[in-house]
Amino acid sequence: MSTSQDGNQNAAQHASKSAAAIDRARAHGRAALIGYLPAGYPSVEDTIAAGIALAENGADLIEIGIPYSDPVMDGQVIQAATTEALAKGFRVREVFDVVRGITSKTDAAVLVMTYWNPVVRMGVDEFSRRLAEAGGAGLITPDLIPDEAAEWMAASDKYGLDRVFLVAPSSSPERMKRTVDASRGFVYAVSIMGVTGARTSVSSAARNVVAAAHAAGAERVCVGLGVSNAGHVREIAEYADGVIVGTALVAAIRDGGVDAVASLTKDLSTGLTKEEA
Amino acid sequence: MVRLMVDAPAASSDESAVDAFLHGGRPQEHPAQGEPSLRHAPGPYFGNYGGRWMPESLIAALDELEDTFEKAKADPEFTAQIADLNKNYSGRPSLLTEAKRFAEHAGGVRIFLKREDLNHTGSHKINNVLGQALLAKRMGKTRVIAETGAGQHGVASATAAALLGLECVVYMGAEDCRRQSLNVARMELLGATVIPVTNGSQTLKDAINEALRDWVANVGNTHYLLGTAAGAHPFPAMVRYFHEVIGEEARAQILDQTGRLPDAVCACIGGGSNAIGIFHGFLDDTSVKIYGFEAGGEGVETGRHAATITLGKPGVLHGARSYLMQDDDGQTIESHSISAGLDYPGVGPEHSYLADIGRVSYEPITDSEAMEAFRLLCRTEGIIPAIESAHALAGAIKVGQRLEAEVAAGAAAGTAAEKIVIVNLSGRGDKDVATAAEWFDLLDKDSPEAEIAKEGEQL
Repeated sequence: MSTSQDGNQNAAQHASKSAAAIDRARAHGRAALIGYLPAGYPSVEDTIAAGIALAENGADLIEIGIPYSDPVMDGQVIQAATTEALAKGFRVREVFDVVRGITSKTDAAVLVMTYWNPVVRMGVDEFSRRLAEAGGAGLITPDLIPDEAAEWMAASDKYGLDRVFLVAPSSSPERMKRTVDASRGFVYAVSIMGVTGARTSVSSAARNVVAAAHAAGAERVCVGLGVSNAGHVREIAEYADGVIVGTALVAAIRDGGVDAVASLTKDLSTGLTKEEA
Repeated sequence: MVRLMVDAPAASSDESAVDAFLHGGRPQEHPAQGEPSLRHAPGPYFGNYGGRWMPESLIAALDELEDTFEKAKADPEFTAQIADLNKNYSGRPSLLTEAKRFAEHAGGVRIFLKREDLNHTGSHKINNVLGQALLAKRMGKTRVIAETGAGQHGVASATAAALLGLECVVYMGAEDCRRQSLNVARMELLGATVIPVTNGSQTLKDAINEALRDWVANVGNTHYLLGTAAGAHPFPAMVRYFHEVIGEEARAQILDQTGRLPDAVCACIGGGSNAIGIFHGFLDDTSVKIYGFEAGGEGVETGRHAATITLGKPGVLHGARSYLMQDDDGQTIESHSISAGLDYPGVGPEHSYLADIGRVSYEPITDSEAMEAFRLLCRTEGIIPAIESAHALAGAIKVGQRLEAEVAAGAAAGTAAEKIVIVNLSGRGDKDVATAAEWFDLLDKDSPEAEIAKEGEQL
């Protein structure tokens, strides 16, 4: 989907796992379901089991979050989970165990969602190499914009990883174009000006952000932030290529473990089919 | 050097970040010996530091702020407003006071104090908040938010908001709220709402995180009034701009009082706003040695400190690439200092650059060294300094003693009594009386003050 030269050359060499997963859903006449889980919450083993449960109950892509000390884009539920994971001694390298644990058992595309400093600390190239080796699809980077991403652009090309940047209701047309061009796999449309967390309704801004991203050339645009039930999924599936659910799944694993993740995923997936206009 | 460790800034891929740093911005005023001026580095990059490591949602607000700031700087009406507020509200210019009795303990060199403690609200912080609050008005924003550690920046922000008729919300770590309850009351008296932050380590960095979460949700009507020369572009260059008056006054005052430039300039460094303000005046004077004193806490060897440049590694936090206290996983490490104002695990990106190129020397000062200097200034000059500023005083004692040793060894010309050191006395110590009284064991063991101070010590 990238319109950059590098992107096109590498798209030929490395098929995007995220794009393939979204396209499979599209071939079945529906939007893709993307589920988020923080690594190491409540344990690494639970994250793997919950990831497999996500895939087996209707999720097409899985986002594994790296717990980080300063998560400025996260609301209370995810903060509490990642703080607990860190307190229990979660190490960044364990995210590769989680990715491998899920990709070895399922066909879901598994992306890692991470604030940027843990990647910087490990080394962008080294992190990318290990992620690719574990079968990961790519990275979602909430606090990395394309303007600062030269090293990641190079590493993601080298290892054939998807680079999912965010676009927001506040993104100017110029930034929208630039971010769409820099992305590979899909573009993450932030539905609302705010942080992660369940909301009673999905912002109407989401539809406009998706339309702007499509107009800027994005082939696949997925919507996240504030999506927590099948009704939200159904609403977004009408106009977006994928729907991202985070906080609701984290609350599910917190309150009901892997089984609760499985049943919520099954319920969420009922909203995916696009209603014929 | 650093190049290998960092991302190349994509925004300036056609020219190196260093070129952008050196050639952007305002005309050079004191190009020394053909060297490019360091005084007005415009950002977004300071060498390989700085930039915008921020969520996309906030980039439009940063662009708007940068645009408003650039236009305001070029607008005589705005600069006149700033000058008027500095003079008739803050009480500028602040004095430059020679500290003759204190200097006897610093190798006998001459020591001059830049008296930012005499500004309205008691520290340098007022310079920045007035400037940013005016920019908020220019952007049509009706609400400002701020983070605060000990409460100095929160009080200054509440002050500026009251003066200019803006709603003000201050985020403050829950523990800091408890031990600085009088500062919480001050902010509330000034009309601000103080929100205790219970996330993470409940300290300054978590207050910044919470302020950023508020900003992303309310950016339409809200300006984030960041209190130090850190964060995403344009904050580091903008906060420095509003504090440049410190260095410009100090340079003119020392020339007026002594007829020459100083041998050294000293300041304390947390995020680094008071320091970059006074350094600005002297960065292009190559004969002037410049020192930044970080909080060494219980000693850098103990791990309980806030000596970010001394022991940190480059990373990204709160929007900028800079030195950062972090573990092997890139998780931010909690800092420790007796001074809440220096208790921050990051540092402004311009300081990281000035450290790498060797223009400024950054050294740690322990809690004990700072408190000895604190007591010394009280007893010799009748001035109670902020504990933050006491780190600069302790550093100045070392610098004075080194100058004396150089003179004695014949390595420097003249006599020690001819050497001149300027110390930025960034704030007054009224807020620190309980902490100092506990440190020096001045309180009745059963007094409420002793209880409060003890809690402060434990943090």
